[in-house]
Amino acid sequence: MADPMKIRAKMEGDKVDVRILMAHEMETGQRKDAQGKVIPAWFIQNVSATCNGKTVLSAEWGPAVAKNPFLAFKFSGAKAGDKIVVTWTDNHGDKRSDEATIA
Amino acid sequence: MDADVMDIGRRKVLQAGGGGAVLLLMAAAGLLRPGQAWAEWNKQAFDVKNSLNDAVKALGGSGAPTQSAEIAIKSPDIAENGAVVPFEITSKIPGTRNIALMVEKNPNILAANFEIPQGTDPWINTRIKMGQTSNVFAVVKAADGKFYYASKEVKVTLGGCGG
Repeated sequence: MADPMKIRAKMEGDKVDVRILMAHEMETGQRKDAQGKVIPAWFIQNVSATCNGKTVLSAEWGPAVAKNPFLAFKFSGAKAGDKIVVTWTDNHGDKRSDEATIA
Repeated sequence: MDADVMDIGRRKVLQAGGGGAVLLLMAAAGLLRPGQAWAEWNKQAFDVKNSLNDAVKALGGSGAPTQSAEIAIKSPDIAENGAVVPFEITSKIPGTRNIALMVEKNPNILAANFEIPQGTDPWINTRIKMGQTSNVFAVVKAADGKFYYASKEVKVTLGGCGG
């Protein structure tokens, strides 16, 4: 199981400001190890964020997203105390879900 | 006595066989999972090499995207480290449904494609890798299915794809 995400969700006026930091190698499949063998690609493919059962952002990623990905976005329609759930799936089928309370 | 020993031996073999079958099933399940993940991931779009138009087509566009001043790309002009280049994309196009980030000279042009549901700002802040100095495109799909783009050249002094 991968390390937990760091999620910060904060009210900014009537909008929620979300910042997410994920722990993932995001290996491109372009690099070679010391023996000259290609290191296979290993990266997050799908990301989704939901709040009160509604999807507030979803994304498809390629290996060009930087290692330990950072993502920020803003949405409306939620209030302090609501929970936001973020889920990612990588190309190995590994999954990780974390939640945060909107402050 | 002999029969007992034989019997235990047979049971052990059966148990081992059963365990093997379970392992095989687990392996099969493990192999199936990535397949399902790929199903909802637009492999065709991520496989496009360097063509903006081909990438837009793979994302469902019918023709070449229109250049637009309503899309803003905020990023460093010169990135010292290509492995981590921050990008902030803002779209003022009404009904922005998707924002995609593309790096023309990366091995594959499409880096990320975000879906913006109603209620979410057409604004994205993320970090991507750049192999070398390149044009970066922010591509927006509007509610009417039309594609728009803005571009910016970002100079990279140390690439993020070698190693």
